[in-house]
Amino acid sequence: MMNYVIIGSGAAGIAAAGSIRREDSKSKIQVITNDPYGYYSRPGLAYLLAGEVPQDQLFPFNEGYFKEQNIQLVKATVQQILPDQHQLRIMDGSQIPYDRLLLSTGATASMPGVPGVELEGVVKLDNMEDADRILKNAQKARTAVVIGGGITALELVEGLAAGGIQVHYFLRGERYWSSVLDEVESKIVENRLIQDGIKIHYYTELEEILGKKGKVMGVIARQLQTRLQFDCQMVAFAIGIKPRVDLAVQSGLKTQRGVIVDEGLHTSQPDIFAAGDVAQVYDRLSGEYLLDSLWRPAIEQGWIAGLNMAGGNYIYEKKYPFNVTRLGGLITTIIGRVGKEILEENKANGDADVAGIMRGDSEVWRQQSLGIIAQTYEESNRIRLYVTPTYITGAIIMGDQTLSRPLQILIREQVDISLIRDTLLSPNYSLVNTLSKFWEEYTQKNA
Amino acid sequence: MLHVAWNVMGMERKMMIRRDNPYSNKLGGMFKETSLKLDTLASGYILPDENRCVQCGICSFNCPINVDVRSHALRGLAIQESKCLTCGECVRRCPRGVLRFVYPD
Repeated sequence: MMNYVIIGSGAAGIAAAGSIRREDSKSKIQVITNDPYGYYSRPGLAYLLAGEVPQDQLFPFNEGYFKEQNIQLVKATVQQILPDQHQLRIMDGSQIPYDRLLLSTGATASMPGVPGVELEGVVKLDNMEDADRILKNAQKARTAVVIGGGITALELVEGLAAGGIQVHYFLRGERYWSSVLDEVESKIVENRLIQDGIKIHYYTELEEILGKKGKVMGVIARQLQTRLQFDCQMVAFAIGIKPRVDLAVQSGLKTQRGVIVDEGLHTSQPDIFAAGDVAQVYDRLSGEYLLDSLWRPAIEQGWIAGLNMAGGNYIYEKKYPFNVTRLGGLITTIIGRVGKEILEENKANGDADVAGIMRGDSEVWRQQSLGIIAQTYEESNRIRLYVTPTYITGAIIMGDQTLSRPLQILIREQVDISLIRDTLLSPNYSLVNTLSKFWEEYTQKNA
Repeated sequence: MLHVAWNVMGMERKMMIRRDNPYSNKLGGMFKETSLKLDTLASGYILPDENRCVQCGICSFNCPINVDVRSHALRGLAIQESKCLTCGECVRRCPRGVLRFVYPD
């Protein structure tokens, strides 16, 4: 009998519990969490804010599931891992032994060091409690300022706007999400936000949050040489996340930005694994250890870590991470490597609006593709591809998603596109038609 | 009576395959739309892509007859329950394009 312990009840942790149980029907599995809500759809918080789904809907598994799977959820905070003794020290002084341990502690939102961040009305979107807080504050607020980049910032912008709040969105640079989107794509998103009544302030940096009786009442910002002051009742931050590595660092595990793991999700200590947002996983294609903060990879990593904890020998290949998200109400799919030439602004930390990585983000996306760009743009629909002599290695599909699933498969399966490459790259042919025709033939051949 | 019921369902279909629906894969002109309706009624079903699903449950929440679409999506299983009306509400509401109609040839 094995004694499996998982720290963290997010996507990776719960997936691991499931795969361990599949391999080992008898052993004890404990999931230790200090999130009062346990397991829920973290990406779904955006839809909760936008009023598209009620809170109780965000829980995919009820208590019955955990009981049936014989997975114990333990509400506790782990203070320290003692790898030599295979023990965990819990905050209340007790100890929990383990034979195999998974660290799936996720990541936490970074907060800036500006004066006033402690005021009531300053929010982030990390977990269900944050969503509760935002919804509560939003009832009274008329105006809000959102600061940051990437997907979470827009979730906040759109969520608050959906609540009838006037939103001012501060960008430090000249455009939105410059580390992944190109100029055209940034503009598409920004225009849609502007149409929805959101006020975007470029080259704008927050200097101070003003408060009265402990509550937010305004902000002071600098826009190039000008000093601005706004009245507002809420300030929301999405300036990046940090993998929660504290436990790993204390326990002497090898860490950089996250916990370093090989493709089998093993950390530097025997019997300890890591998966999900906290794990910095080896990427074969670049030879680097990279972070993702994506739902699906977290589940896949958790699943494989679980199999390996139960004695398996499986590998997780990063390859072509993908995410589907809504940017300015526009469905956008990002697949594989879409980074441009590695200019200063496109380095891992290149987007001025965020430090490091964000939720719904992958460092792999910023890796440069060797290929050249094929693109098409009509109204709000945009496709941008990276094409090497033989393969498509990265794609961004905005708006019409008809080709997003085919592209996902063409990229993932490394389908040879050399026969249509010239047509794809030629401005005289429709990219959409070329791809559609190729996909039709491909599916017929592989039916 | 049968005729009336058919018409009501026809309207449902029409709502379902709105041309601006970014997820419906095979949209074309009116003719296509009409034949599509009949196909769907006869044999169409909804197929999830579990790789896209983030388990938010918007699909199940919006199902008029409480099919647990999410639990299918989690496992990538087609929704081939006799209960499913193929009304397309889940397809239309899913924010991540997880669900699509499949029309067997």
